[in-house]
Parts: sequence; structure tokens; C-alpha cells
Amino acid sequence: MFTLSRRSFVATMAAVGLSATVGMASAQAADVEKIHFLIPGGAGGGWDGTARGTGEALTKAGIVGQASYENMSGGGGGKAIAHLIETAGRQDDTLMVNSTPIVIRSLTKVFPQSFRDLTPVAGTIGDYAAFVVPNNSKYQNFSEVIADFMADPSSVKVAGGSARGSMDHLVAAYAFKAAGGDPKKVKYIPYDAGGKAMAGLLSGETSMLSTGLSEALDLARAGEVRILAMTGEERIKDAPEVPTLKEQGVDATFVNWRGFFAAPGISADKVAAFQAALEKMYATPEWEEVRKRNGWVEIYNPGDKFVSFLEGQEQVIGDLMKELGFL
Amino acid sequence: MLEGILQGITTAATPVNLMMVFIGCFAGTFIGMLPGLGPISAIALMIPITYSFEPSTALILMAGVYYGAIFGGSTSSILINAPGVAGTVATAFDGYPLAKQGHAGKALALAAYASFSGGTISAILLLIAAPALASVSKSFQSSDYFALMIMGLTAVSAFAGKGKFLLAILMTLLGLMLSTIGQDQTGVPRFHFGIADLYDGLDFLLLAMATFALSEALMVVLKPQSDTKESEAAAKGKLGSMKITRDEAKDLAPTVGRSSLLGFFVGVLPGAGATIASFLAYGMERNLAPKKEKEKFGKGSLRGLAAPETANNAACSGSFVPLLTLGIPGSGTTAIMLGALISYGVQPGPRLFVENPTVFWSVIISMYIGNVILLILNLPLIPYIARLLALPRQILTPLILFFSLMGVYLLSNNTFDIHLMVIVAVVAIVIRLMDFPLAPMLMGFILGGMMEENFRRAITINDESISFLWERPITLSILIVTILLLMAPLIGTFREMRAKRLRDRLAMDGEL
Repeated sequence: MFTLSRRSFVATMAAVGLSATVGMASAQAADVEKIHFLIPGGAGGGWDGTARGTGEALTKAGIVGQASYENMSGGGGGKAIAHLIETAGRQDDTLMVNSTPIVIRSLTKVFPQSFRDLTPVAGTIGDYAAFVVPNNSKYQNFSEVIADFMADPSSVKVAGGSARGSMDHLVAAYAFKAAGGDPKKVKYIPYDAGGKAMAGLLSGETSMLSTGLSEALDLARAGEVRILAMTGEERIKDAPEVPTLKEQGVDATFVNWRGFFAAPGISADKVAAFQAALEKMYATPEWEEVRKRNGWVEIYNPGDKFVSFLEGQEQVIGDLMKELGFL
Repeated sequence: MLEGILQGITTAATPVNLMMVFIGCFAGTFIGMLPGLGPISAIALMIPITYSFEPSTALILMAGVYYGAIFGGSTSSILINAPGVAGTVATAFDGYPLAKQGHAGKALALAAYASFSGGTISAILLLIAAPALASVSKSFQSSDYFALMIMGLTAVSAFAGKGKFLLAILMTLLGLMLSTIGQDQTGVPRFHFGIADLYDGLDFLLLAMATFALSEALMVVLKPQSDTKESEAAAKGKLGSMKITRDEAKDLAPTVGRSSLLGFFVGVLPGAGATIASFLAYGMERNLAPKKEKEKFGKGSLRGLAAPETANNAACSGSFVPLLTLGIPGSGTTAIMLGALISYGVQPGPRLFVENPTVFWSVIISMYIGNVILLILNLPLIPYIARLLALPRQILTPLILFFSLMGVYLLSNNTFDIHLMVIVAVVAIVIRLMDFPLAPMLMGFILGGMMEENFRRAITINDESISFLWERPITLSILIVTILLLMAPLIGTFREMRAKRLRDRLAMDGEL
């Protein structure tokens, strides 16, 4: 134990000394000189982690010379979008991180803009949705949940860490709809954070939790819950024991992407440079370290492919929200 | 378990980890003191540096920052009425009046002792019962939280001076109303007047800083003459005695004991936290205080200072129970720590103290050490920090304005918040000039949001019926305690009236 502590002591000193300079260390060899990450939410959230993790991998691998970060929360992310558009002229080096909620929130008019008002650069990582039950739950697979739902929709109480009409709710409604149920009858119980939804699940007041797969895996590893299903096309190699909805006869797939947008009107060369830098990043050990630490799934989706993916997602979510009466 | 504890002690006592406790506490104290800057952003920024550490070392550092910030937050609450962190808003209720009366030294010292006791008592509770307490974290449902918030609202009487009960209720209602601004849990935006920035609702700390620090500082500008006596006392840099007499200590011991237990218990619940704990403790002490002491609440009661200060630190340690034993974060700060832990490859959960006993026990042991360090660190600093009050008003006032505005801006990097804060401060000044109390509004705001949320959830879960109010044993018990709390003063008044009538009759008899 003492040798370990000694090692951590050396590491401590090294980290404290280096942390200030590490961003500039390889400035001369970098492909992109600098990137300014605009984060539409506060420190410590999912967007924040994505931007800082990506920035860390890019600078450590020497692909980008210097990375800076700006947290701008407000209006469900709308503040940062408006800011990026208003100041587009001087945001040449800026990448804004975002994810599925930009599609949902522009549909529900939380903010007037949509991804079309920005320059989509690339989707970089993703996370599938997952359904979780407590260890002592009577449900062993998703079909049993569907059977109960068909018999009495209100007997299945689905918890989620966000408001009605947001992702956790929509994914659950989507799954039950694909199984032949009425999505409007899904009894969704909203909590204001994923942790509180989990606490609610363990207290026995809800029967199932709708959340992201990486969070679900962490919860399952904690030993209190089981994962009934996830929304990928096929099982993933990090968690081969988790079955998909598809193989349980429910034809529903969903991925919560995270990716980057540049300011509107930015030059095509610059966009290409951003995309090249991100693509190059995947092969680096620095990225692998960050990715593994966070349990991210790589889903690289650049430029036009990204746009058509966003359009497709907007269509599916829009239809579902109309059916649920949110639009 | 004993083996694990011993292992934890050896790990926590290594030079590196002792240094981390010290650095964490030191950094935390200062982060906490600066109005607005809280442990969340500090810890989030620290994570990349900690990746090269041992998991226990990293967690010890982060925990130190967390409880250090709650410890340090009381300083700015007491001295300039600008709460450093949300958990120390209630500390300002009695701490600031004490400082104004020239007892700044005593108030700061008492806050330090109270934090130390709360932190230490709950560290001991963690040591004895952490794994067992996981079941407590799991047992609370939405309806129970709702009942708990209702109980918290009975604290309204704590803010009601003589004949001001209605005003206090009115202000509580205003707080409840303000808490409904923003998107509700069904996704419907309320009272945002088309302003996107109001979509996420008002921030508690913004409200507290605007109504307390900002309006206080502006009042000095508006009514300089009314302040002369106090500013004279302050101008002399009167620190007052830092000593807490034996009688006071005796008097405060039960308060500290009760508040530690209450705070720790509330902290263990994933749906509550340090802020709620401090308000509940403040209310409980007011309700339990003898009549004479009751009247001092809000005007510089030592009990009123000790209760929230003890409870917020106890809750802070308590929140490590759901974090470590269930992997459930109860607050933003613990959520970040959870993320960090997982990325170190440490999986919190019921098996943590079996599979990774070193991490589990060393963090708990380090909390005990950390509280001692905080006390040693803070007590000698008090005379210097308190000298802040000796600054002339024309320097101190702009400083307060600067720090509170900047603090709120740092929370969100949103200029709208500064505008909003100024508007709230102006309204608060009007309310103050009418002699309405502002503290109940903050209480209504913090409890109201959680009350509504949990009530609506409980109703949805129970198929649109409110039968949970009497069918769930925990909910029912809390509600019965609430009713008893409400009745207690009534019974007291009734008895007094009867005694008085009896006396009057006797007196009349005597005359005859």
C-alpha cells in the first residue's frame, strides 16, 4: 500500500505541475491550432463531460494545439445557440456540443432555432436507451412488462430523470408503441435528476426506469438493479449480456447522439478541418482512455450524413410527440 | 468490518492523503467563502487533475472540497449577509444580526464549532452505520418527501416576530409562488413571460443573494443615517469576544446534538440535502425553544445560528451514504463525484465496502480528520477575516455588490441573471421598507419546489388519489408530527391564557 501511495504522490505532483501547460505542449505539430468549446449547460453535466473529454483527447494526442471551454447555460440550451448565431462572425474556432435534446427542444419550441440554423460538424458518440428494474422485480424480460402494460397500462409505472415529453419519456412511449401498445397510456413518472429517479425505483414507487445505457450499466454494476433491454440494433461488446428490444420482438431502436456544431456561415475548409481532426482522434490511445473512462459508444457521423440522421430523428420524434399530444 | 476500518485508517493517514485532506479543506473553505462560487464547479474542474491519483486519494480530496465549502460558506453569510453556498443561506438568518451587533467573532467561532460538531458526529454515524443506513435511503417515497416538506413549512413561525405571523405567512406564500416559475415536471413552462432565461426557473442562490446581500448593501446607500450606530461599532473593527461561555455551551449542546441527527438523516435521503436540512433544523429549534429564546430567533439567536450550521455539515456527510452504498447521488455535487468515481473504476454500491474497503473506509476516516483540520484552519483566521467588517462602508458596500453580482454570474455565465438579480433586489428593498420579513420567502421557495414536485408525483403514482396521505405509514407519521408541532404553541398559549384568567380571578377575589 505504501508503494502505491508513493506512486500517487509522484503523480499528484506531476499532475499539479503539468495541468497548466499540457494544453500547449504540442502546439507546433497540431492539425487544428485551437478549438473553443461552447457548452450549453453547467459544469459537470453530460454536455460538459463530452466537450471536456473530447478536448482532452484532442490536445493530448497533439491533434489540436489548444482547447478552451465556455459554459453557457440557460433556456434549455437555447441561450448558447442564440449566442453562437449572433456572434457567428467571431466564432470561427468554436464548436458547440449538443445532443438529441436539440431536436426535441426545437420541436417543442423551447427555442426558435433548430440544427438547421447552425453548421452541423459531426455526431461523435452515442448512448442507447435502456430499461432497468430493481433486483427483486417480478419482471425477467421486457415481454413480461409489455404483457402487464397490455392488461393494465397504469400498472407499469415508468420512472425517468427528466420532465414529461423529454427523452426518457419519449423512448419508453416509443418502445411500448412498437410493441403494439398505446403510447399515450404510458404512465411516466418524472424526476428532476437520474439519481432521484433511481432512488424512486429502489423505494418501490415505480416499476421500471428509463435511462441511458451507460448510466444503466453503472447502476447494474452497483448491484441493485437489472437491465431488461436496450435500444441498439444489436448487443454491444462492452455489455454483451444486455439484450436488445429487437431480439425480444419489439422493433424499436434509438440512439442518443452527442456531437458538435459550428457557427453558421463558417467556411467549408474549416468544417473539413474540424471533421478531419475528430476522425483522426478515434484511433488515438488518448481518446480510447477517455472513451473507456466514460463508457461512450463511438458513432461517427460527419457532415451530410449527420444532417440526414438529424432529419430522420426529427421525423420520428416529431411524429411520436404529435401522437402523444405534445405538439 | 473492523479490518476494513483499520485499513481505512492506514490509508487515510498516509502523508499524501493527509495532504489531500488539507488541500481539499483549504480550497473548499475559500471557494465556499466567495459568494456564489460553490463546490460543484470547483470539483468538476478538479476531476481531470485527479485522474492520475489513487481513487481513495481523489475522493478524499473532493470530499474535502465539498464539506470545506459548506464550512466556509458560513463566513460570508455571517459577515456580509451573502451566502457562499445554498446550504448556508439559513446561517445568515441569525449569523448576520449577531455580526451587526458586534459579535462577529463569536458568531464565526460558533459556526466553526457547530460545523465541526455536525461533521464529526455524522462521520462517526457513518463509521458505525453506513452500510445499514442504505435501507433508509431506499425507504423514502415521493409522498414521504412531500410530508417532510410540509413539516419544514411549520418553520414559518420561526420567522414570525410578535404580531407578524400573517406577514410571515404572506411571504412564505410569495416564495411558494416564485418556486412555480419555469418548466414543470409535465414539461409545461409556467410564468416565464416568453423569456427563455426564465424557462429553467429561478436559482435559489440568486434569490438569496439578491434579497439578502444586494438589498442590504443598497439599503446602506438609501438610508445611511439609520445605520450609524451599527456602522460605528463595525468601524471600530469590533470583533467582539470569540469565547463561548460555559453556560452558552451547555445551552447549545442539545441543539447541536439534535441538529446533527436531523441533518445527517436528511442528508442520507437522496431527495433532500444540506439546504433543506439547514432549514428544517432552524425550524425545529425555533419550535422547541423556550418562549424567551424564541423571540430572539432572526435577531441574533445563538441557537438559530448553531442549528442550521450543524445540520448542513451533518447533511453533507450524510449524503455519502446513498452515494457510496447505492451509487445514488442526492445533489449536483455528489453526482459529479459519482461520475468521477466510476471513471476511476470504483463502482459504488452495496458491495463497495466489501470489494473496495480501502476507498470506503478511508474516505469516512478522512472526513473525521478533515473536520479537525477545518477547525484548526478556521479558528485562528477568524480575527483576520472578521476585520473585513472594519472596512469603511464606502469600500465594503461596493465590495459586497461586486462579489455577489460576480458570484451569481459565475453560476451560469449568463448576464440575464445579473439583471434579474438587480430587479429582485429592488423589489426586496421595497418589501424591507414595508417591514416584511424576507427569510420566509426563501424558505417557501426552497421547500415549495420540492413539495409540489413530490406531491404531483405521488398523485400520479397513486392513480390520481391522495389516499397515500393516510395509507403510507411514513407519510402519516411525519404529518402527525407536523400537526403536533403546530399544536404545541397553541396549547402553550391556551395554558397561559387559562393561568392568566385564573390569576385575574384570584386578584379580583383578593380585591373583594
